[in-house]
Amino acid sequence: MLATALPAAPPTLRFARGGWQNVTADGAQGRRMVRAEGVGLHYREGRRPGPEALRDLSFHVPEGGFRWLRGPSGAGKTSLLRLLHLAVRPTRGRLSVLDADIGTASRAALPALRQRIGMVFQDFRLLPHLTAYENVALPLRIAGRPEGQIRADVTEMLRWVGLSRRIEARPAQLSGGEQQRVAIARAVVGRPSLLLADEPTGNLDDAQAERLMRLLKEMNRLGATVIVATHNEALVARHPGPALRLQAGRLVDDV
Amino acid sequence: MSERRRRRSLRPAHFDDLGLRRALGDRMLPLLVAAMAFLAALALAGSAGTSALVRHWQEGAGSALTVQVPASGDAPAVLAALQSAPGIASARQLTRAELAALLRPWLGAGGGDAALPLPAVIAAHLAGGGPDLAALQARLAALAPGTLVESHGMWVQRLALLARSLQACAWLVLSVVGSVAAAVVAVATRAGLAARREAIEIVHGLGATDGYIAARFARRTTRMAALGGLLGLLAALPVLTALARLALPFTGPPTAATLPAELLLGLPALPFAAAALGYATAQATVRRWLKRLP
Repeated sequence: MLATALPAAPPTLRFARGGWQNVTADGAQGRRMVRAEGVGLHYREGRRPGPEALRDLSFHVPEGGFRWLRGPSGAGKTSLLRLLHLAVRPTRGRLSVLDADIGTASRAALPALRQRIGMVFQDFRLLPHLTAYENVALPLRIAGRPEGQIRADVTEMLRWVGLSRRIEARPAQLSGGEQQRVAIARAVVGRPSLLLADEPTGNLDDAQAERLMRLLKEMNRLGATVIVATHNEALVARHPGPALRLQAGRLVDDV
Repeated sequence: MSERRRRRSLRPAHFDDLGLRRALGDRMLPLLVAAMAFLAALALAGSAGTSALVRHWQEGAGSALTVQVPASGDAPAVLAALQSAPGIASARQLTRAELAALLRPWLGAGGGDAALPLPAVIAAHLAGGGPDLAALQARLAALAPGTLVESHGMWVQRLALLARSLQACAWLVLSVVGSVAAAVVAVATRAGLAARREAIEIVHGLGATDGYIAARFARRTTRMAALGGLLGLLAALPVLTALARLALPFTGPPTAATLPAELLLGLPALPFAAAALGYATAQATVRRWLKRLP
């Protein structure tokens, strides 16, 4: 279903015009979307700092680039994505996302940055009391877009992911694959510069996982920087690309 | 899909994205705020009633003076001196019948006709700040030795002090009621935050500002607090009407001109004050809670 709903390019140019630059696959423009220098992160256990979830990470991802984020469960992939999604701040080192130093940026500056980042969660994180349409519309409403534009973009986005007949369905009425597509539509409808996905195929069968990968690659082709965390080696093998490999919170490979 | 269903699914921006209609129930909070508004209305009326009573006393007994001239004294001369004294608006000598009526509780009917040497009694009304009592007493005593000047001002002042204390108590009650109402809204808001924590984190992750999230809560609590304020006011009106009837002999019939301003303005303002309190409390509570998110 999704495969037929995903043409080689989005059905209208308006979506493609909205801020994505058609750069080459690994950032021919040379700007760095993400830059980490000696980044560490530890969560707090009550008032005390807990063990470090991430240690001494140094890497960069250019604008328009694609990265797999690999590693076994517990390696720190989700923690790194949370850092990049600005859900936590680094406790050590320097992390720059979208040209903003996340360690020192004011709290008031973060919402505008988050609006430029799309995130696909493993557990979808859809709002259960909202319809598919309302879930996808949420980032645009938060960004204060006019209602007419929201209606056009969301309707188009849902058509693109093959859910134009399910716009009124609530998450509980959708299958896992459909919920995943709503989550993807919500992540990309705001035309993010940085698209993050945490084990996005974890709840999908092989066919749906393939369709999702095609969608993410399409986003990347249109200029979004894409980082996909997975421990699905077969999926990576089918879609080879540069990868950051984590183990026990450390970066062991950057190829 | 029918057009009606389609329109419903494409609702405008002010929809309940955080699901607060369920998280912030629409029964308990308005009822609690209504109870607070009811108490606030009573306190407001108590303060206004006391204020009216003080004014009534000060304009009545507080502005009067009684002069007793011994039976042997020159009452007409004292009356003339009083009428020309500064600070005296008017003065007149009580008639024998009026004196008899005053003495009836002690001397019985016909007591005023007994062969007792009764003093002449002159009632005077004060003007402006009133006369210098000591100087007036000396002047009148010179005209008729043994003349006594009695001012009711001291008693009125003591009663006024008591009334002002009661007024202060009423304002204290108002502030306590306001604080309790704010606490009720804060507790309800915190319960809503706890119930919608996940939704808030999702919306926060999508780039919502603290103001966006706080506005959602404040919109809901403002409506419910305003409704509570209105209910409390409506519940208080019959009680206040009954109290106003009881106070009628002391304050006179209530009119727009005689009703205290704090009552005329305060009562209609109660729902608005409750709404403002609901808005401000929810904003402060949510913004403070959100500080825990990065």
